[in-house]
Amino acid sequence: MKISDIGPAAILARFKLCYADAANKGFILDVDTQLPAQGITAIFGPSGSGKTSLLRCIAGLEKAQFGHLQVQDQVWQNATSFVPTHKRPIGFVFQEASLFGHLSVMGNLQYAIKRSGSRQDLGLFEQVVDIMGIEALLPRLPENLSGGERQRVAIARALLIKPRLLLMDEPLASLDTARKQQLLPYIERLGCDFNLPILYVSHSVDEVLSLADHALVLEQGKVVANHSMTHLCAQLNGPFGVGNETGAIIECRVVQRDPQWHLMRVTFGSAQLWLPDTGEAEHSSKRLRILASDVSLTLKPCAGSSILNVLPVQVIAISTDKSKATCLIKLNAGGVDLLARISKKSVQELAIKTNDMMWAQIKSAAIVR
Amino acid sequence: MSLSDGDMAAIWLTLRLATTVTLLLLIVGTPIAWWLARTRSWLKGPIGAIVALPLVLPPTVLGFYLLIAMGPNGPVGQLTQTLGLGTLAFTFWGLVVASMIYSMPFVIQPIQNAMEALGDRPMEVAATLGASPWDQFFTVVLPLAKPGFITAAILGFAHTVGEFGIVLMIGGNIPGETKVVSVQIYDHVEALEYAQAHALSGSMLVFCFVVLLALYSLQRKGRPLFMTFGKRS
Repeated sequence: MKISDIGPAAILARFKLCYADAANKGFILDVDTQLPAQGITAIFGPSGSGKTSLLRCIAGLEKAQFGHLQVQDQVWQNATSFVPTHKRPIGFVFQEASLFGHLSVMGNLQYAIKRSGSRQDLGLFEQVVDIMGIEALLPRLPENLSGGERQRVAIARALLIKPRLLLMDEPLASLDTARKQQLLPYIERLGCDFNLPILYVSHSVDEVLSLADHALVLEQGKVVANHSMTHLCAQLNGPFGVGNETGAIIECRVVQRDPQWHLMRVTFGSAQLWLPDTGEAEHSSKRLRILASDVSLTLKPCAGSSILNVLPVQVIAISTDKSKATCLIKLNAGGVDLLARISKKSVQELAIKTNDMMWAQIKSAAIVR
Repeated sequence: MSLSDGDMAAIWLTLRLATTVTLLLLIVGTPIAWWLARTRSWLKGPIGAIVALPLVLPPTVLGFYLLIAMGPNGPVGQLTQTLGLGTLAFTFWGLVVASMIYSMPFVIQPIQNAMEALGDRPMEVAATLGASPWDQFFTVVLPLAKPGFITAAILGFAHTVGEFGIVLMIGGNIPGETKVVSVQIYDHVEALEYAQAHALSGSMLVFCFVVLLALYSLQRKGRPLFMTFGKRS
């Protein structure tokens, strides 16, 4: 069952917002962008980059002086009209859980159900409670829940309003690492289980890498990038390439498991890799992250190496790195982009040039989704 | 310890007055408290100061102005006369109006504080769940500000029971109409009826203590109004 059947139309957001008050002196949000109305779109950027302001404008909690917002076929804001928040078909998950303390968990959920604009849908209720794992919490008061539990209830409540668009404002930011890891899989499932477009505000690279399909990158109130995650991560100077974290992400498929050596084979494009078996189901789609520092290059496939994965690659581009000693090299491996970080000395000694055919040795790759 | 019929009449009148004033103040005070809690208008300062005036003004000053206003030549008096209600001075309803002004800060300020403490977030959350502004007010703001309302009701009631100066100025001393407990005690003392003054004063003392005890026990048990965790963005 699906919350709404929506085509892959787009969200068109155009906002100009200036804060006049002293606390946000001089901050201007100036965004004119189009986002996919499907999957999880991360709104990413450092603190104070305007992520939350943009999300609040989309929710109608903040009113931009000049705003145009069209979500699929509906205009939510333009020069003459402004749909108030309570009339927008959105769900909103705040950074802190914001459950109503005077209502039980069930009462909080019913608050949303009553206002969802349709008769009570028992199937949806059971599905949401089941996916969020909150059945046992229903009679309890929010004050008796842990942080992670509260946030799961808040997400469930936002889903029960039957939104056409789910907005999440750093829903994991106030949780510790262990709780984050617990909650991530729940959020991952939302996009596909409910066929619901999600805008996900975050300043955490890890969260964005493991959740998002698409990312809008903001800096000081302006859009600096708006692309699919695979495209952004394969860029030489991409927004997620902070220091040693630079690395490509690759959508791959688990095709075979080898119980003797505890390995599994994944394929992407025309290339394949052997990875330690992490128990993923065969034929499942996974997202791999290969750090640039885990990829080295050789001119010939060298025998006598302990490295399991050696792929033929073509050099696409060479760029300087943040460190003076190293270069970042963008490679094409079987139709998919990879990044490698190697020393400038090696680039010179091996005479690496654009379009060269080489061999990439991949030391490790992590499944992030 | 025995209470005379006159004492009983004064007690009943006091309770009737305090109940009426408290209920009316909760109705009139809530929108004022809400406005004071939410507004960014420059008028917040002046209006807030006017609401707080009865805290510092001597009751005689307040009573004096009210007496003039409610008198036959005062603006309020002329209005009530036009409406065929006569003048309010030295009547029960005159006392109600005066007490409402006198006890106003004790009702408005706790409600305003409770509403300010809520912040914008509960209403924003309710809005994202499809609640209209009225719906937000009745289903989120009122229940979450409940402790503020309880404090306001108890303080408003107790403060009205305890008033004296303003009653003398505006209500005088008419048994069953304006003669409240505090005035009755004053009369007993004037007449050197110390036994009866003791009885009535003792009752007041116990009553006020019990009311305040209830108030403070309630506040101690108070639980967080709005569940949040972590930092605000």
